[in-house]
Amino acid sequence: MSAPIIKIDGISKSFGTFKVLDGLSMQVMPGEKLALIGPSGSGKTTILRILMTLERIDSGHIQVDGEQLYHMERNGRLLTADERHLAKMRQKIGMVFQLFNLFPHKCVIDNVTLAPMLTKGVPRAAAEKRAMELLDMVGMVDKAKAMPAQLSGGQKQRVAIARALALSPKIMLFDEVTSALDPELVDEVLNVMRKLAAETDMTMLLVTHEMGFAHDFADRVLFFDRGRIVEEGKPDEIFRHPKQERTQGFLKKIIAAGHRV
Amino acid sequence: MTQWSGYFGLILQGALVTIELTLMGSVLALVMAFLAGLGRLSRFFVLRALATAYIEFFRGTSIFVQLFWAYFVLPFAGISLTPLQAGVLALGLNVGAYAAEVVRGAIKSIGREQYEACTALNLGRWQAMRHIILPQALLVMLPTFGNNAIELLKATAVVSLISLADLTFQAQVVRSQTGNTLVPFSTILVIYFALALLISWGVRSLERRMARGLDGVRV
Repeated sequence: MSAPIIKIDGISKSFGTFKVLDGLSMQVMPGEKLALIGPSGSGKTTILRILMTLERIDSGHIQVDGEQLYHMERNGRLLTADERHLAKMRQKIGMVFQLFNLFPHKCVIDNVTLAPMLTKGVPRAAAEKRAMELLDMVGMVDKAKAMPAQLSGGQKQRVAIARALALSPKIMLFDEVTSALDPELVDEVLNVMRKLAAETDMTMLLVTHEMGFAHDFADRVLFFDRGRIVEEGKPDEIFRHPKQERTQGFLKKIIAAGHRV
Repeated sequence: MTQWSGYFGLILQGALVTIELTLMGSVLALVMAFLAGLGRLSRFFVLRALATAYIEFFRGTSIFVQLFWAYFVLPFAGISLTPLQAGVLALGLNVGAYAAEVVRGAIKSIGREQYEACTALNLGRWQAMRHIILPQALLVMLPTFGNNAIELLKATAVVSLISLADLTFQAQVVRSQTGNTLVPFSTILVIYFALALLISWGVRSLERRMARGLDGVRV
């Protein structure tokens, strides 16, 4: 058994008086595909945002790939991480957002090549070659020169996935990546993610309302409610035989709302 | 008739001075706008304070007084400027203060999700500003920059008060020599208006060029 790639240890986070995360601990193994489900406001998206350093934690510790995320060790003492340490840690992590967050003033391929060229000093030719491979993987090669505004939501999201992959992160975070899509565009994005899961050993954390996809995709499912993990287990256990009342209630509501399980 | 053509020559010379002032003043204003606009958004208190002081001072005092300071008071501090230098300095600093707020507002208008994408892609602060935020913010700034440039053009008339021979100054000359007010002042009215139209048109076409592709229609 190897060591966990993410180790979250008793973290708490409040927005004003609202406690989003309350002493949460969890671990993720390398290569694991993890689905985080639960009602809105339960803290699942906040975890991804904290791992991407878009939000800071109030207390607790996070270890990513053997190193502290928000702290750095100096002469045996644990200090708050500075921007340089955070930049180093961010290299390990990539994120895909609900609303794609593409750069609207740059064409598709420039969206993908920008970060490798700027942050890793990859020469343009090499960055473009790699970008074309990634765009090929997400089925967007023929749109390499298109502007984001010319793309459908599903296409934008596939470009966003390629853009995040271009930095070769060890961990990928997917934050409700199909929630903003028209229903008929959801599958093209999910197919890309299936392919990604099959072809790479990347660790993937997925916040989603697509229960059917979570069931097929994840090795493990965590059910969140009010900033805590209420129940976790293999997809079959959680979706077919949920033990906790809150999990059962949530799944019942989701099914009633017409989501596939 | 020959007499009038001589006077028109004077006014044309004035027009060149006005154009020169407008161009040089705009360049200085642009530089100041970005320095102070970015300064106001800085993490560092000293930079924020300096930028705010500059903006409030130059917006809050009259350009007329600023010009007189630049031309008549600075020499006491050992800095003697030509009328043109004093004019460019006063106009650039004054309009730059207004435009700095345009820069700041435009940068603030770029959505949080763009900054978050930059963080997720591990871009540094300056890289994000330079490659992602500013190019998008520039498009937001442009229309108001056009307004600022036209304001600057019209404000150039004050330099006639330090005897720089711009359009307005030359119109006064013609008026005092011919006793006719209607002709010279109608002429410069038309020229100011034409120059303002030129600026509007220039800014609009620049805006169109930069917006290309952003709305998914024009490519």
